[in-house]
Amino acid sequence: MTELPSSTDRKLGLVIDLDTCVGCHACVISCKGWNTENYGAPLSDQDPYGGDPSGTFLNRVHSFEVKPTPCSSQPDPAAQLIHFPKSCLHCEDAPCVTVCPTGASYKRVEDGIVLVNEDHCIGCGLCAWSCPYGARELDQAAGVMKKCTLCVDRIYNDNLPEEDRIPSCVRTCPAGARHFGDLGDPDSAVSQLVAERGGMDLMPEMGTKPVNKYLPPRPKDEMEGDIDVLAPFLTPVAEEPKGFLGWLDKALEKI
Amino acid sequence: MHPAPSVIVFTTLSGLGFGLLFFLGLGLPAVSGMVAFVFFAIGFALACGGLMASTFHLGHPERAWRALTQWRTSWLSREGVCAVAGLMVMGLYAIGVIFLDQDWRLLGLLGSALSLATVFTTSMIYTQLKTIPRWNMKLTPALFLSFSLAGGALLAGQVTLAIVLLLAAAAVQLAYWKQGDGALAASGTDMGTATGLGERGKVRAFEPPHTGSNYLLREFVHVVGRKHSQKLRVIGFALAFVVPLVLLLLPFHHLIALMAVASHLAGVACSRWLFFAEAEHVVGLYYGKR
Ligand code: SF4
Ligand code: SF4
Ligand code: SF4
Repeated sequence: MTELPSSTDRKLGLVIDLDTCVGCHACVISCKGWNTENYGAPLSDQDPYGGDPSGTFLNRVHSFEVKPTPCSSQPDPAAQLIHFPKSCLHCEDAPCVTVCPTGASYKRVEDGIVLVNEDHCIGCGLCAWSCPYGARELDQAAGVMKKCTLCVDRIYNDNLPEEDRIPSCVRTCPAGARHFGDLGDPDSAVSQLVAERGGMDLMPEMGTKPVNKYLPPRPKDEMEGDIDVLAPFLTPVAEEPKGFLGWLDKALEKI
Repeated sequence: MHPAPSVIVFTTLSGLGFGLLFFLGLGLPAVSGMVAFVFFAIGFALACGGLMASTFHLGHPERAWRALTQWRTSWLSREGVCAVAGLMVMGLYAIGVIFLDQDWRLLGLLGSALSLATVFTTSMIYTQLKTIPRWNMKLTPALFLSFSLAGGALLAGQVTLAIVLLLAAAAVQLAYWKQGDGALAASGTDMGTATGLGERGKVRAFEPPHTGSNYLLREFVHVVGRKHSQKLRVIGFALAFVVPLVLLLLPFHHLIALMAVASHLAGVACSRWLFFAEAEHVVGLYYGKR
């Protein structure tokens, strides 16, 4: 059913830390690896070894450069590079669900996860049109819509060891930049983190009310005075060679 | 947006077809027998041809019937329901007019209403999308409805009506282009809000997620050169409105009428191509493509 639940029991989602993400793309690979062989149709690639490779991904990492506005304390601020992982934000007011003509797209009442029933999807693509974040991709081989499942087949999976019952991307991230939890519970670790670090919504003006939050990068430290602490020790001791070396220098120049 | 031929053919043809069926349902022109058959055949061919074309871009056309189930929330589903209902009612009405020489007035009116509702629901599929500010305007339904009515009147041979409606559609088209050109800027969405980093300074896309292309870029990021689009606007506008209006003012002849219809059809297709190609999806912002 494409009617959105008026509220969900829990709001499971991710908190992504833009301060610690190092842009290694490990989450991209682990997401593709897990999801290509589990829930639903595989994530196909087209022309993977040819000249124009492309494929379906549920999670992609962009990189942005931010040039801070100059101010009195920082007249010439250095540009900052920010790596930006992006997957489905499991929006509370998910437009991708209500536009779906077949009922294939739905939001679960129990945990708020947005899923696609691939047996009902006609591959019209309208849900991808309605998602501001580019979180849905139509698989070119299967002809059905693919999106992040919040690893629904891991988080409740009793066959996995306890520590693996979290999304694949969260489990893999070597920088600890992805956190998983219930954002509907103000006492949960993720909610605390969001409150503490001023977690933000992407494109709030779209009215999608994303569950996933992004933690803004912390301000960078300021370098006071000399940047290179070893510089004073490395100044050349003598500008002009003297003695034997000086004689050699002159002699060589004459040749 | 990627201007997919299937969607352009669909919206152009079925808009025209349902426009004609709208007038036939009203009894304009009041025809019967063989003449009625030809009129209805054209209307159904256009409307159904368009609908068939629209299934070409589906990943699973064999499940298309499922698209009729979610009319409570989905405009695409509502469109399907209206189209099927409209075609069935108009089919019954056509049987009466063609074979039984009966003008079932109520059925005709209902068919007309459903035909127009189909065009309206089609336009709402695009209008509802906040992600595409150029479509997310009140002028979008006005554009689809006025085009459909003007084209329908033209096909139905209602010369005076067609002149008035063509003028109206032309005005809507100009207003749509004018407002549409500023829609993305007016929406307030930019790379700053997309990344949430806008308050810290100027955001620039540094590296895309992958070196190759992907579904999102192919589907949503289509950039038309400004000069190119201006030229197409002039051509489309001339073909859709100016030429048919001039032809309609000439003394009536079937050949002239045919030329007016052909020119209008080509012009509408051109305008539809621009409708898709010029539409900026906000996801392009993540790729620095706006
Ligand atoms: S991020 Fe996109 S796909 Fe995910 S719930 Fe929100 S609108 Fe839907
Ligand atoms: S592509 Fe599938 S899930 Fe998306 S709107 Fe169409 S039918 Fe629904
Ligand atoms: S939660 Fe699972 S499906 Fe979603 S981005 Fe992470 S690994 Fe991919």
